[in-house]
Amino acid sequence: MAQVSSVAEGKTTKSVTLRIARYNPKHDSKKQFMEFNLQYERWTTVLEAILDVKKHFDHSVAVRYSCRQATCGSCGMIINGKPRLACFTKISELESDVVTVEPMNNFPIIRDLAVKFERLFDTHHKIKPYLIRDDSEITSNEKEFLQSPEELENYIQFANCIKCGLCNSACPTMATDSSFIGPQALAQAYRYVADSRDKGKDSRLKIIDDSHGIWRCHFAGSCSQVCPKGVDPAMGIQFLRGYMLGFRS
Amino acid sequence: MEPKDENKEGIGGMINPRRYGIERVAYILMRLSGLGLLAYFIGHIYETSSILKGEVGWAEFLELTQTNEGHAVLAIVIGMCVFHTVNGIRVMLGHGGVGVGRPARPDYPYLPASQNSRHKMGIYSAIVLAAIAMLYGLAVMYGE
Ligand code: SF4
Ligand code: FES
Repeated sequence: MAQVSSVAEGKTTKSVTLRIARYNPKHDSKKQFMEFNLQYERWTTVLEAILDVKKHFDHSVAVRYSCRQATCGSCGMIINGKPRLACFTKISELESDVVTVEPMNNFPIIRDLAVKFERLFDTHHKIKPYLIRDDSEITSNEKEFLQSPEELENYIQFANCIKCGLCNSACPTMATDSSFIGPQALAQAYRYVADSRDKGKDSRLKIIDDSHGIWRCHFAGSCSQVCPKGVDPAMGIQFLRGYMLGFRS
Repeated sequence: MEPKDENKEGIGGMINPRRYGIERVAYILMRLSGLGLLAYFIGHIYETSSILKGEVGWAEFLELTQTNEGHAVLAIVIGMCVFHTVNGIRVMLGHGGVGVGRPARPDYPYLPASQNSRHKMGIYSAIVLAAIAMLYGLAVMYGE
């Protein structure tokens, strides 16, 4: 366990202990935590703190990130016990002198904070995340599929998904069922089913009507509480189930 | 945690009530009350089968429920039954898309519409009604 102090530059205001989970499945038997004492500003994000550690203390910390602005969905991790985006979480808003970062649950660990996304992408592809129609935009006489602003409102919220996986990490069913399709994919199934241009509703409903499909969601709502983009997967899933139960057409 | 697998949270993470608000607490209570009622159902079949041993056997078994422990178990069963029923109606309505809000362009801080006050009220009502039913049941059992 390392104890290191940060270079306090300029107008730093407060200090925090950043605990980073270290684990390499190739040769470690269990997770260990390294601790770093850092200075931070009111606006410093958890990702910036981790990058500070990489720059000044230990470059070997494995973390995935790209956009640094809650857009690419790369930097999901467990921060003080809850799944959050590291680039979208300010240390000051955690209101704690200790910030613990761990890899997201319900995803296999590559190393330290980086997890594998293959399964999430597989389930996302499984629900056919594209418009299904017999004609195509290129051969159609109209050249584009018209849609009213009201029809757009039906699904645009769900199109905000950045595939960060936080919802799958918070889901209590995902915690025990490796085969569950997950809230991310189910919300995306709704996104396309609710799109007035799409004609693939029946085939999508068939895909999710499975013993590890939509029926394993019990409306705990944790997915919606952690979603950083306001997608509200729990809402989409219940609407989707409404189609299957005959409440919606 | 089993680090070499999918880093699943497992049952411990599933039943941890501290992180995701009253909705997750309701989810856990729903699972526990469902399992509890299943256990009671099996026990109830066993209990009523004691009638096959004649009147004496039946009376002996009934005596068990007249103890303080028996009353406590029955009060818990009443609580589980009422919570599971009321919360079950809330969840069933939610499953049909009733009361979960309407899709809208999300605005920061992105409060999820599906976790709204209607459903929270439903959960609190289920808990309060279960508590009242337990108290009433205890009052009847102790003959007051
Ligand atoms: S639904 Fe929200 S939490 Fe889930 S993957 Fe999409 S953006 Fe992330
Ligand atoms: S770095 Fe892109 S979402 Fe955080």
